[in-house]
Amino acid sequence: MNERASAGAIIEVRDLRKTYGHGSAAVHALRGVNLRVQPGEFVSIVGPSGSGKSTLFHIIGGLTPPTAGSVVVAGEDISAIGDSGRTKLRRESVSFVFQKFNLLPNLTAADNIRVALSISGRPIDGFQKDFEEILRMLGISERLTHKPSELSGGEQQRVAIARALATRPAILLADEPTGNLDSRNSLAVLKILRSLNDRFGQTILMITHSSEAAQYGHHIVHMSDGCITERSAVVPPGDAI
Amino acid sequence: MIFKLVWESLRFRPVRTLLSILLIAVPVTLILTLIGISRGFLDDSRKRQEGVGADVIVRPPASSFIGFNGAPISDKIVDLVGKQPHVVEATGTVVQPIGGFDSITGIDLTAFDRMSGGFEYVHGGPFHGPNDIIIDTYFAEQRHVGVGSNLKLFNHEWRVTGIVEPGKLSHAFVDLASLQDLTDQQHKVSQIYVKLDSPGNANAVAAELKKLLPDYPIFTRQEWESLISVNNIPLLATFIHVIIGIGVVIGFAVVSLSMYMAVLQRTREIGILKSLGASKRFIMNLMMWEALSLGFGGTIVGIVLSFGTRAVMKAIVPASLPQAIVPDWWWIAGLIAIGAALLGALYPGWIAVRQDPIEALAYE
Ligand SMILES: Nc1ncnc2c1ncn2[C@@H]1O[C@H](COP(=O)(O)OP(=O)(O)OP(=O)(O)O)[C@@H](O)[C@H]1O
Ligand SMILES: [Mg+2]
Repeated sequence: MNERASAGAIIEVRDLRKTYGHGSAAVHALRGVNLRVQPGEFVSIVGPSGSGKSTLFHIIGGLTPPTAGSVVVAGEDISAIGDSGRTKLRRESVSFVFQKFNLLPNLTAADNIRVALSISGRPIDGFQKDFEEILRMLGISERLTHKPSELSGGEQQRVAIARALATRPAILLADEPTGNLDSRNSLAVLKILRSLNDRFGQTILMITHSSEAAQYGHHIVHMSDGCITERSAVVPPGDAI
Repeated sequence: MIFKLVWESLRFRPVRTLLSILLIAVPVTLILTLIGISRGFLDDSRKRQEGVGADVIVRPPASSFIGFNGAPISDKIVDLVGKQPHVVEATGTVVQPIGGFDSITGIDLTAFDRMSGGFEYVHGGPFHGPNDIIIDTYFAEQRHVGVGSNLKLFNHEWRVTGIVEPGKLSHAFVDLASLQDLTDQQHKVSQIYVKLDSPGNANAVAAELKKLLPDYPIFTRQEWESLISVNNIPLLATFIHVIIGIGVVIGFAVVSLSMYMAVLQRTREIGILKSLGASKRFIMNLMMWEALSLGFGGTIVGIVLSFGTRAVMKAIVPASLPQAIVPDWWWIAGLIAIGAALLGALYPGWIAVRQDPIEALAYE
């Protein structure tokens, strides 16, 4: 192992296992995953349904503890920090974007963002200008007073991205962010993620079923049956031949 | 922001919110009405006792407070008391319960007028015959009768001769002798009212009378009025405690159920909050503030409704059960409702806190 690379990684997963249930009902969702992500990387994760992609995100994002193995995220050893530690991780270091948007239905877009800020306890002060730029980039500045039911799917997902970024997470975990969007909105969201990465160096992990969408990352990680089977670099269009 | 979340959640489910508030209001109204009636009744009784103008009161031996068990005092005792120094007037009355909280009182009208300063007649005038009755305006209103009307009370047909301003001893008066005959208690009275040459002699005269009539409970007017309180009415304090207990149980159950439903309905929202890093305390706070709001809303509505029950009482039974408004109990009833609501939110809150965020997010 290269010590320096390891020290610089923002996500360091070693021999990660996750088993749901016990005995004959046990499901081995992850069977020894190893993954290292550097700050500022944009990693696409692809693989068949049930291969453990979401489970990997849930563990990296601190929604559920690993069964075995070591997971270090933003300097925290997830297997050692317990429930409240994982809550703190979600609050401070990791943000999710889901396929189903998951906005709070009775709050306006602006209030959805405010809730995240309020929970994180982090003032937006020094970040205000950047965040306004992000809102412009997302194209939802005019839609903030609306409730989710008054927004299109594409708009809802862009609000969800704004909410995820308002707390300045070290890592953005996007689980099929374009899964519920038409191709035009999918393209818009993918471009936004890519420019967030380019412009702000936002570390992004994105699960996708589309091989085209996967091309927006720097690397593509292939999963199958609870294991990572391949990691490949995306060849920039200009370099291909 | 937590307040906004609570507010929006309450606003987003208006039917649930309003129903919960209304149900919490029920025990609040119940408590305030009960306390209001007790206090109104006692205040009214006290005022009416005051209206008699007596300085000392002689009660039958071994009598309980307010309960009247017939007329066990011989009118020889009335004469004896009347001959004591400083005594200007001693007059016996017979109290005959007529069901519910009402009673008719037999008085010696001449003596009673001298003692109390006389009735103020709104209509008609004093009674003359054995079947005549004087009632106060409340009683007239409650029974829908006027001067000249017949009134059947205590299995007897009375004719109303006069309607008087309330505030003197009773709501309905008949001739002492005729009530004694009617109840087969000739020459007996229920209690003796004593007027002195000066109220300042009340303590001294009461002390003398106690020596003279050792078996008889004897009170100065002040002592007597101070006895007119919740604790001296048999079972009333117990009854009030039972109602408060029921209030706590209803408030607890309503909020428990309402919050439990809300938690189930909001499973996904709670999952979202958790994915955003909301701590257990945050979720619990959310539930508690919501319960607190429901409890507070229920208190306000309950207080408003207690004005409604008072209006209803006034319209139906102005004489029997006057209801007071009891602001000093508002905060007690409020604390009971809010306390019950918070208690009721504990279990649903715990369910919400315990929910697995991944399952919650997958919840449809
Ligand atoms: N809470 C759970 N309890 C039991 N089994 C689970 C649970 N969550 C996931 N699994 C199982 O773990 C395996 C991996 O699931 P996971 O959701 O990670 O797959 P995925 O790669 O995200 O699939 P998809 O592309 O369909 O979203 C599946 O077999 C799934 O049934
Ligand atoms: Mg998945």
